[in-house]
Amino acid sequence: MTDMPPNEPVGARFRDFQARIDQPDGQRRRGRGHDGEQLAVPAADFTSYYGRPVLKPPVWKHDIAGYLFTGGLAAGGALIGAGAQLTGRPGLRQVGRWTALGGVTASAYLLVHDLGRPGRFHHMLRIAKLTSPMSVGTWILTVFGPLAGVAAVAEIAPRLPQHGVLGLARRLAPPVGDVAALAAAATAPALATYTGVLLADTAVPSWHDAYPALPFVFAGSALAAASGVGLIAAPAAETAPLRRLALAATAIEMVSGRRLERMGLTGEPYEHGRAGRLVRAGRVLLGVGAVAALFSRRNRLLSAFSGAALVASSVATRFGVFEAGVASARDPKYTVVPQRERRDRREGRSPAEKGT
Amino acid sequence: MPHANALYGPLDPAPDAGYEDAPPRMGFFTDTSVCIGCKACEVACKEWNGVPQSGLDLLGMSYDNTGALTANSWRHVAFVEQPRRAGRATPAFEQEPAGPAISPETAALGALTSADTGTDPGLPTGSPGAAARMSGGPEFLGMPGAQPPGRGSGAEDRTDFRWLMMSDVCKHCTHAACLDVCPTGSLFRTEFGTVVVQEDICNGCGYCISACPYGVIDQRKDDGRAWKCTLCYDRLGAGQTPACAQACPTESIQYGPLEELRERAAARVATLHERGVPEARLYGHDPNDGVGGDGAFFLLLDEPEVYGLPPDPVVTTRDLTAMWKRAGLAALAMTAATVFAFLGRRP
Repeated sequence: MTDMPPNEPVGARFRDFQARIDQPDGQRRRGRGHDGEQLAVPAADFTSYYGRPVLKPPVWKHDIAGYLFTGGLAAGGALIGAGAQLTGRPGLRQVGRWTALGGVTASAYLLVHDLGRPGRFHHMLRIAKLTSPMSVGTWILTVFGPLAGVAAVAEIAPRLPQHGVLGLARRLAPPVGDVAALAAAATAPALATYTGVLLADTAVPSWHDAYPALPFVFAGSALAAASGVGLIAAPAAETAPLRRLALAATAIEMVSGRRLERMGLTGEPYEHGRAGRLVRAGRVLLGVGAVAALFSRRNRLLSAFSGAALVASSVATRFGVFEAGVASARDPKYTVVPQRERRDRREGRSPAEKGT
Repeated sequence: MPHANALYGPLDPAPDAGYEDAPPRMGFFTDTSVCIGCKACEVACKEWNGVPQSGLDLLGMSYDNTGALTANSWRHVAFVEQPRRAGRATPAFEQEPAGPAISPETAALGALTSADTGTDPGLPTGSPGAAARMSGGPEFLGMPGAQPPGRGSGAEDRTDFRWLMMSDVCKHCTHAACLDVCPTGSLFRTEFGTVVVQEDICNGCGYCISACPYGVIDQRKDDGRAWKCTLCYDRLGAGQTPACAQACPTESIQYGPLEELRERAAARVATLHERGVPEARLYGHDPNDGVGGDGAFFLLLDEPEVYGLPPDPVVTTRDLTAMWKRAGLAALAMTAATVFAFLGRRP
């Protein structure tokens, strides 16, 4: 037998439960919104199925945000390495090449690690497909990775013995490395910017709508990160181009980054919540890093500080953009409202009629 | 030479995918006006396709405890309760009090419930704000209470209500974003014009999941691959009807050549309008819409978003050419910046 009093009216317990949820003085915490959001009920400006998201939020983990950063870093490193190679700056050339190899190794690991079936990563190499930015990116990485590897490994040539087979390698490595480094640099801009298409070619509202800006934001962020590593690690006498590069990168990223927030409703996630904080932090760090870089000509410490700020800015920007997309897919508002507006505009309906 | 409409616009997908003498395009027409919410389709689909169980849970938002289409639920019966008159039908509760049975707070709490479906992202929790807003609006959606609707709220709040039920499924789009972005070729177009995942190829990259404008395809946690409705490709090949359509007791789910289904659907809408159900409308039937028309389309009795469908989905690859152009420009800018930096005068 239950402990229910025999005369209790049917549904009393449910009403009691409901009252506890609904009453301000109930024992239950009410209205748990995101970020302590107040559950005051404004006019129903859009409807949804029980507030559930229409889209599936990306299943990509933070590996992919990390990949965006390391891939960009590798591309920037390859470009800096090639620039240094062509203008006779051996110290900077080395740093550039090692940055490229380190970045591309990390990105390959992160990409494979993010797969649901990492053991099947090579299935990506079955086909090449222009409509799939991930397929295009896989092939860019497949070309870039080995070239960056050869270029970086060639840097150890001076440490090889003078004679024998290794001596031959010692003589062959520099020219082979130079050619590989230039070829890697030729593919580097594609590696850094295709990721903008990778994110934009989805149904995720804040990523898709940002397609004109994302490749530029990522290009700037990639150059900033790689200049940052150079400012930390390269010999002080060879860092002059990095200061100009950091400045150019800042200009590219700041100008295109402004577009993200000007997108209207789907720009909102770039300004609010954790994503907004990350994007803002990225921008502040970028500004600080660029200014510090300008004044760091004779100060090794300031140079390293500016480099660290630039690298951190790139990390923050990538994670911020990543999180903004996830947030926009999680809230049905960003899917339903812009689509409603588009449909109403097309059909010449005023918003007031939409309830019919 | 790719078709001029390869990325956007009306297209017959099977010949475009390279099939010669393809059979007519097959699809579903789901007429929600006769759906009784019995969920036989969900069960039949699981039985036939060997889909794992998706957790036994009460979501606390309505009679729908499946919640969404996931890798482990290829059919999902949505359930919506609304305080409004259904056509010219006699008001069912004219002498009874009826009204909102849910407060914004309860709706918000319901949105935060979830169930472990064994998939990722599976059934994500909703936005409490959005759920609360809904409960206050004219299109109230809520959990049926334990008492007659609105007994506690008094006669002045009295309204009639209706139930909307709809069996959702993969739309098998003409321009399928999932298929376009798949980097392994695991997703492919069948000779029937449908879209199927090859489970021996999929490596779980998850791109299709972000690309789907309907939030259909999903990843199974224990095996990492993406899964969705195959429109019973194995049964189609043998000339049989898909399991869900076979099991549907009211013929709410109709299977057949898409052209024929579109004609049948247009006739059904006309009939409903004639009988005084002006809100009946088709969804996904139009080859000129953002995805080139769906292979599985619906007759709805309210706005699509009420059922959790996007009001005006557009395949993301429509803008792909523009995206690659922007990336090209950005790559040029990057190269130019590097050249500028290294060509400057030496200190």
